[in-house]
Amino acid sequence: MRNWTKIGILLLAAAILIAVFLFTDVKGSWDYVLSKRTEKIAAMVLTGAAIAFSTIVFQTITNNKILTPSIIGLDSLYMLIQTVLIFAFGTMNSLMGKNVNFFISIALMGVFVGILYKIIFKREGNNLYFLLLIGIIFGTFFQSITSFMQVLIDPNEFMRIQDKMFASFNNINGDLLLISFILIILVTLYFLQFAKYLDVISLGKEQAINLGVDYDRIVKRLLIVVAILISISTALVGPITFLGLLVVNVTYQLFNTYKHSFLIFGSILVSIISLVGGQLIVERVFTFSTTLSVIVNFIGGVYFIYLLLKQRKA
Amino acid sequence: MLSVRNLTKRFGTKKVVDGVTMKIQKKKITSFIGPNGAGKSTVLSMISRLILADEGIIHIDDKELSSCKSNDLAKKISILKQSNHINVRLTVRELVSFGRFPYSQGRLTKEDWEYVDEAIHYMELEEMQEKYLDELSGGQRQRAYIAMVIAQNTEYILLDEPLNNLDMKHSVQIMKVLRRLVDELGKTVVIVIHDINFASCYSDYIVALKDGKVVKEGPTDEIIKPSVLKDIYDMDINIEYIDNNKICVFYA
Repeated sequence: MRNWTKIGILLLAAAILIAVFLFTDVKGSWDYVLSKRTEKIAAMVLTGAAIAFSTIVFQTITNNKILTPSIIGLDSLYMLIQTVLIFAFGTMNSLMGKNVNFFISIALMGVFVGILYKIIFKREGNNLYFLLLIGIIFGTFFQSITSFMQVLIDPNEFMRIQDKMFASFNNINGDLLLISFILIILVTLYFLQFAKYLDVISLGKEQAINLGVDYDRIVKRLLIVVAILISISTALVGPITFLGLLVVNVTYQLFNTYKHSFLIFGSILVSIISLVGGQLIVERVFTFSTTLSVIVNFIGGVYFIYLLLKQRKA
Repeated sequence: MLSVRNLTKRFGTKKVVDGVTMKIQKKKITSFIGPNGAGKSTVLSMISRLILADEGIIHIDDKELSSCKSNDLAKKISILKQSNHINVRLTVRELVSFGRFPYSQGRLTKEDWEYVDEAIHYMELEEMQEKYLDELSGGQRQRAYIAMVIAQNTEYILLDEPLNNLDMKHSVQIMKVLRRLVDELGKTVVIVIHDINFASCYSDYIVALKDGKVVKEGPTDEIIKPSVLKDIYDMDINIEYIDNNKICVFYA
């Protein structure tokens, strides 16, 4: 029961932070401020949940607590798409509009996930690490092209790309939010049939097969779920997967359990707390002079080094 | 009955298992013996579907392995590998309760918990059931894993070197438990084992493998003979009778 108490406390903390974010420091029209802020909160809850959830699942299927799904290369692909668009069409083009950009990003990342899907489904015996290796190679390849193009373009246009490099919850489009929400709900519904296998999969491949899990089939499908969730949240707010590593490891420390029901809920709440908390700091303390991902990455990076040092001692 | 016909497995171009055919009888302990690299563990892994065979057919109770659902198989056959590193931190009781997954899909009923308690009792783990696995000694941990397999309650139990890294006392303890599983509960146990004296004292049937092939199989008495062992291990092994057990002397 103690884990339920922890979930309750996290829920309360998240609710308080959200309330503080929504209702304090309101200047001007309540209607306008509230609707703007609700959109931001909705975006943070949605992406925070998607990232935390997919990172937990990804770490369970890879049996590794320091990997993040960004290793598949979706973040790098997103940056490449943004850079190519600006490189080819310039900043003034309609392709840089929020909606069009979202759909282009989603579509291309979808194609990429499809290619990965083909690779892992086509040949029997390709294991997970082979896929990760391909992901790393693609990711590095995308990054190289991206920086090559960034060097060539006009410095003013580079400023626009730099904006895209960091996740941002300002100027979220309400329509896109709704579409993302529906997509994420659909993916979650698809995931539910596999939920019961996660605890067993965390025991490792051999134990999972011994206990009757159709391992290869389920792990491949879970991997696709992870990739789709990452694509949606990256297209919506920008590269944000680093958040996952931070929140899931905090969750593992908080909940000393193997049960994914707690881990997933807990990590989603931790994720929401750190996003809303971080955004509060960005808006009210730094008055937008920095971005959320800088803060998340700074705290996350320090925490990651701490984890490495701690694991080395153990 | 477990029967295997013409089983073959290649790693790269090397044939690790080469046309293995055998039948494993019910309610017996069958030991796989043979030198390192003979393909014993690979055969065991193929029978338990951990790895796929390149060629050959495996039948479990007249049903072909590849046509069975994984979850149904998990109620019939269980496998314990020699290295069981688990990345998550579990207590003994939690580990044993995983053995009920094929039946409960993670939502354990009262009946499932009874099986868990019984398995813990059977392996005499009551006192340490709330301890974490990483706090246990190697022998205790091995007993916990076997308890999980008992909770899984399968007719066939496959163990890959269950005595690996255990001292004499724990080895004897484990072998006695396996014997009881067969004699009292009517299970069928298949083990890969390196210590031929344990194979000689505890098993009913022995399959000797070498270079991926079955060199000799038969009741224990027919295998534990100097001439046969010479074929398997390429060394002279004397056999002494001690308390009605055949003991192989090969240390000097």
